[in-house]
Amino acid sequence: MSASSIWIEAVRLLYFARVREAVGIDAEERKLPPELQNVGDCIVWLAGQGANYAAAFADPSRLRFALDQQMVWEETLLEDATELAIFPPVTGG
Amino acid sequence: MKVVRVCSAPLDSAAELAPLAMLGGGAVASFTGICRDQGGITAIELEHYPGMTESSLAALVDDACARWSLLGAVLIHRVGYIAAGQPIVLVGTAASHRAEALDACAYLIDRLKTDIPFWKKEHCADGTADWVDAKASDDERAERWTE
Repeated sequence: MSASSIWIEAVRLLYFARVREAVGIDAEERKLPPELQNVGDCIVWLAGQGANYAAAFADPSRLRFALDQQMVWEETLLEDATELAIFPPVTGG
Repeated sequence: MKVVRVCSAPLDSAAELAPLAMLGGGAVASFTGICRDQGGITAIELEHYPGMTESSLAALVDDACARWSLLGAVLIHRVGYIAAGQPIVLVGTAASHRAEALDACAYLIDRLKTDIPFWKKEHCADGTADWVDAKASDDERAERWTE
């Protein structure tokens, strides 16, 4: 599969807690540009989608990520994932 | 016996732990996390990631069962609004001897704090509310178990 054909399907983006409040929505479907390789690329691209996104994603060191419901890192390749969740460090328990 | 649950209803710790005492082992350990009634906090609001929360809690219990010889484990976490003084999370473990039960119980709550997608927002008596920040000390406690 070529890089340009990977993103035929939209990716489901989920936002939680402080990130959800900053973006202003809890979920959306997005077609990501094919040049985005990893989770960090996606965060940089999303930060350019509006003032609310810029505020939510200003400091990636304060963000955590799950790709298809598995915890991942900024360096993790998006590949053919269908769901990317972005949220602050967890605080349960 | 494994019980993993995310629920919005109040937790009855005694009822949830009772089955652990009937598995034939000599030890049951438990931890209950409570919404603290301090600093003007009236309630905690618990948000989570439906789907991932349940699967990652189940994987965590499986990890504990692979690491220690357990007869049973209970891991129940509330979501939604929880009033000050009420339980938020219950961890229970049963084993033949106390060391396994105590260590597995500590492992489950330490790892839950850093690995499972829950977020707390504190509501105060003056009407303000703010998200709780993650603590470095929680990361350090969880890190102990990777050694």
